[in-house]
Amino acid sequence: MEKIPILKMGRFLLVSIQVDMHDRLAMTLQEDLTDRIVKENARGVLIDISSMEIVDSFIGRMLGSIASMSRMLNAETVVVGMQPAVAITMVELGLSLSGVRTALDVEKGMEILHRFRQPGEEETDIDDQA
Amino acid sequence: MTRHEKIEVRSSDDVVKVRQRVRALAVEAGFSLVDQTKIITAASELARNTVNYGGGGHAIVSLVKSNGRTGLRLVFEDRGPGITDIELAMQDGYSTGAGLGLGLSGSRRLMHEFEIDSAPGQGTKVTVTRWR
Ligand SMILES: Nc1ncnc2c1ncn2[C@@H]1O[C@H](COP(=O)(O)OP(=O)(O)OP(=O)(O)O)[C@@H](O)[C@H]1O
Ligand SMILES: [Mg+2]
Repeated sequence: MEKIPILKMGRFLLVSIQVDMHDRLAMTLQEDLTDRIVKENARGVLIDISSMEIVDSFIGRMLGSIASMSRMLNAETVVVGMQPAVAITMVELGLSLSGVRTALDVEKGMEILHRFRQPGEEETDIDDQA
Repeated sequence: MTRHEKIEVRSSDDVVKVRQRVRALAVEAGFSLVDQTKIITAASELARNTVNYGGGGHAIVSLVKSNGRTGLRLVFEDRGPGITDIELAMQDGYSTGAGLGLGLSGSRRLMHEFEIDSAPGQGTKVTVTRWR
């Protein structure tokens, strides 16, 4: 079955959405991500949407539920790379993405995730997947 | 020149296909990137409604001309249960499913013309147009 790859980098999970996702694939991503947050004890999730040409109400809802589910599992989510045309369209559609943290690019997104790491938590190396 | 395409809309894969075909025609018609994005987003919303609530149907995507202007017109039609209270369904936040209730009201904002024709037991037809 078609899947969107989830990469692990230290205590963070990285997802880059490269395909025109159909709704079932979006649902699968949501489930896979929550599974991986628990399994890897992840502290942050970074979702790169720079290749997405639209964010409609379904994808918006998916991003919102990924953010709130990961928060419940003690991980912060940052959505990065939204195209300006997508942002303009989302506002007109009425989609606010409230509760979803965003950043302009991967680098700024990673900075935000690092800031959210709890103080005293030890630094982690980029380790191999278990 | 009038271009005209009919697409079956029965599954979430068909929703993807609608987005791709609408994008191709919007590019061909010379719409700006922002306009393309608005039209594709409206198409995605309406196609998903056709699948999720209308039990499937079809879309007709066409390039239209009027008074020297070019437009892209999308028609979504199904023979599903129809909508009892259209005014209510058009409100932001109203959903009989688990949605955000933004598909119909949002598509109306994204397009220049919006027309909905629906009655209980008669199915639903939504026609939207954006002019360049
Ligand atoms: N083709 C259709 N056939 C029957 N009912 C429909 C159809 N399209 C929309 N509706 C009704 O209108 C309501 C509002 O539709 P709208 O697209 O605005 O919101 P939604 O689909 O529920 O949520 P969202 O689009 O934000 O994910 C739907 O919940 C449904 O009850
Ligand atoms: Mg909808």
